[in-house]
Amino acid sequence: MHFGLSEEQELLQETFRGFAQAEFPPQRLREVFDAGEGHDPGLWKGLAEMGLTGLVVPEAHGGAGLEILELALCCEVAGATGIPGALLEHSLACLAIDACGDPSQRERWLPGLATGDVIGTLALAEPDAECETADPWDPDGWQTRTSNGTVSGFKQYVPHLDHAGLVVVGLADGGLAVVEPSESDAASVRVEPQDGIDRTRPISKLRLQGAAAQPLPNATAESTRRILDAGLVGLAADAFGAATRLIQLSADYAKDRKQFGQPIAQFQAVKHQIARMGTEIEPTRALLWYAAHALDRGLEDAGRHAAMTKAHVTAKSVEVARDAVELHGGLGFTWECDVQLWFKRAMFDRSFLGTPEVHRERIATLAGW
Amino acid sequence: MDLQYNQEEEQFRAEVRAFLAGWPLRGEEASLPIAEQETLFRSQAIERGYVYRDIPREYGGGGQEPDVLKDHIVRAEFGRAGAPGSSFLQGPAMLAPTLMEFGSEAQRRRFVPPTLREEIRWCQGYSEPGSGSDLASLQCSAALEGDDESGEWVINGQKIWTSNAQNSHWLFGLFRTETDAPKHKGISYLLVPLDQPGVEVRPLKQMTGGLDFNEVFFDDARTGADCIVGERGQGWQVSRATLKHERNLIANPNLMRDHFDAVVDLARTTLRNGRPAILDPGIRQRLSEIECYVRTNETSNLRQLSAAARGEELKCMLPMMMNKLYSTDTMQRLMEIAYELVGADGLLAPSEADLAGYAKGEGPTGWVEQWMFSLGPAIAGGATNIQLNIIGERGYGLPRDQRPTR
Repeated sequence: MHFGLSEEQELLQETFRGFAQAEFPPQRLREVFDAGEGHDPGLWKGLAEMGLTGLVVPEAHGGAGLEILELALCCEVAGATGIPGALLEHSLACLAIDACGDPSQRERWLPGLATGDVIGTLALAEPDAECETADPWDPDGWQTRTSNGTVSGFKQYVPHLDHAGLVVVGLADGGLAVVEPSESDAASVRVEPQDGIDRTRPISKLRLQGAAAQPLPNATAESTRRILDAGLVGLAADAFGAATRLIQLSADYAKDRKQFGQPIAQFQAVKHQIARMGTEIEPTRALLWYAAHALDRGLEDAGRHAAMTKAHVTAKSVEVARDAVELHGGLGFTWECDVQLWFKRAMFDRSFLGTPEVHRERIATLAGW
Repeated sequence: MDLQYNQEEEQFRAEVRAFLAGWPLRGEEASLPIAEQETLFRSQAIERGYVYRDIPREYGGGGQEPDVLKDHIVRAEFGRAGAPGSSFLQGPAMLAPTLMEFGSEAQRRRFVPPTLREEIRWCQGYSEPGSGSDLASLQCSAALEGDDESGEWVINGQKIWTSNAQNSHWLFGLFRTETDAPKHKGISYLLVPLDQPGVEVRPLKQMTGGLDFNEVFFDDARTGADCIVGERGQGWQVSRATLKHERNLIANPNLMRDHFDAVVDLARTTLRNGRPAILDPGIRQRLSEIECYVRTNETSNLRQLSAAARGEELKCMLPMMMNKLYSTDTMQRLMEIAYELVGADGLLAPSEADLAGYAKGEGPTGWVEQWMFSLGPAIAGGATNIQLNIIGERGYGLPRDQRPTR
C-alpha cells in the first residue's frame, strides 16, 4: 500500500515547474493575458519537447503512455504557474481518440497530437442543453448529429478553437466525432469568439453545418462520461494549483505590506485568514490523487470521486481567490495586480464542464440518496 | 499510488477478522455487564498483539514491532466490527505512550500495565483558570520536600476543564516547580493520586447539561518525588508529546465517517413536505459538500499514514498540522445539518440518556446534544484560533504576534 507519488511522478512535477518558471515569468503571462490569445507557440513547443503534449498518448503512437494521475499532476503545475495553452483539452482529445477511435483513426491522429504539431480540443456544451438539463455539458441535452460523414450542431464554450487542428465533438447519443477545421470549409465550420473570463483560455461558439466529420466508432455515453471525468479531475488539479499560488501570493504580500508600523501578517485577522485559505485547500491534494487513481484503475467509485474533486476543489479555490483579493486591499481589486490572473483561472475551472452545484447533485445521485 | 495491500498485510487482515468473529461474546460471557465484556475481549486482543501493539509485553502491551499499516488495519477492522480495541481514555491513549517515551523504567513498570488494563484511570491536568491558550503561564505549584529519593512534591493551586476527574484515580499534568526559571522552563510533568485529603474534585456543569469535566483543587496535596516524568523543568517538552496524541484522537477519520452515515440516515428518515428530507435539493447539496470534507479528511489521513510508514512525514507537514482544525470544522458543519433536520425539536433539551451517551444519543434531543457537543473538540486540545496561529506561523512562515511576556 502506498498512498503517494512515485519518484518519477515527483520528478515530472519538478521538471515541469522548473521549465514553466524559467520560460514563462509573470510578465510574459501578463502579456499573453492582455493579448487574449491563450497560446504561446514557444511555450507549446517547450511542452512538446518535454513530452507533455503526448503525456497520455500510448508509447506505440509516439506518446509517453502515462495516465490521468500524471495529467492531473501537470494540470496542478499549469494552474500554479498560470501558463496558457490547451494542455488539458488537448490531452482529453487524445484520451478520446485513444479510447474510442478505431486502429486506423488512432494511427492517423495520435502521432501528430503526441508531437504537439496538431493541437486538439473538445466541443461539447450546447446553448440549448442548459434549458433541458441542469448542465450544458450533460450529454443527455446534446442535439448535434452526424449524417453521411458530416456533422451538424451548435456548440459553445469551446476552448482554444483558434489554434486547434482537431476538434472532438459531442453527439446526441453521447457519442463523439472528430472534425478537422480547415480554410476550405469555412462555410460549414463557423467560429464565433466569445469574450471569455480567463484570457489565457479563450472560448468560442462553434456552428457546424454539414461539416466533414469522422465518428469515433467506440464512443458511447459511458466512454464519453469517462473522458469528462478525466476533465473534471484535471480542472480540479488546475484549480488546486491556482489556489496554492494565490495563498502564496497572499502570504508574501502580507509579510511585505506594513500598516500601523508592522507587517499586516502579524495581525491575527490577516494571519488567520491565510491559515484558513490554506486549510481549505491543502488537504484536498489527497482527494485529487485518489480521484485520478480511481479513474486510472477503473475503481467503482471513480465517477463519484471525479465529481467530488471538481465540486469541492474548484468551489473552494474560488473562495480562496476572493480572500486573496481582499487581502491585497485596493491593489487586489485592480486589473494591474497579478491576483486577477489566478482569480480568473479559478473561475474558469469552477464553471467549465459543470458547476459545483451540478456535480454535488451527481454526488448525491450516485450515492443513491 | 498503490492502494492494494500486499499478501502479508492481507493475511494479517484475515487473521484480525477471524479473531473479531468472537465479538460480540457468546454463551455465559454474553451475560456479563458490558464493561466487563469489553475488558475481557480487550485483554484477549492485547494477548494476540492487536491492541496497544507498540507497547512491549512486559508493560502489558501487544509487544509488536511498530507498523503503521498494521495499526491502520487493526483500527479499521475493530471499527467495522464495533469491537473494543485500543481505548480512547486519557490513560491508555495519552499517558501510556508518554511514559513509554519519557518515563523511567520504574514508572513504566508501575503504571503502564494497570493503565492499559484500565485498573488505574487517569485524567489530564493542564489548563488553569488563568492559563488556557497561554498554557505555559500556569501557576499551580509543586515544591519538593525532602530529597529526590524519598521526598514528596507538595502541590497547591487549581486545574480546570479536567474531563473525567470524577471517575479517575490519578491525574497527570503540568505544575510549576522552578519559580525562578523562564515560564516554559519552570514546568514539570507530575503524576498525582487523586484519592487524598489535599485534593478536591468539583464537577462543572457543561452548557449541554452534561457533567464530563471538573475543577480540581490542590491544597497541600502530595505525590512521591519519583512521580516526575522527565527532568525538573522539562514538563513542557513532555506535554507536547501528549498533546500530539490528543490531536490525533480528535482527528480520527473513522469516527467522522460513522457520524456522517448517521446524519445521512437522519435525512432519509426525516420527512419534509411529505417526503424524505434527503430528496430536498438544498439538503442534497449540503450533504454532498460535507461528504467532500469527510472524504478529504479520510484520504489526507491515508496519505499521512502512508508517508509515516515510509518515514516521509516531511512531505506532508502542512496537512498534518491542519488535521485538528479540518476535522473539528467538518464535524461542526455536519452537526449543523443534523440540527436543521430536527427542526422545531431544537426547542427540546437533551435527556439524561442523551447526556450519558457521550454524544452518541439518538432521537431529536440526542442530535441537539451532539450539535452542542461538536463545539467542545474545537476548544479542547488547542482551540481553533490557536490552531490558526500554528498553521499561519509554522505552515506559511508568517510572523509571530507581538507577545510582550515572552
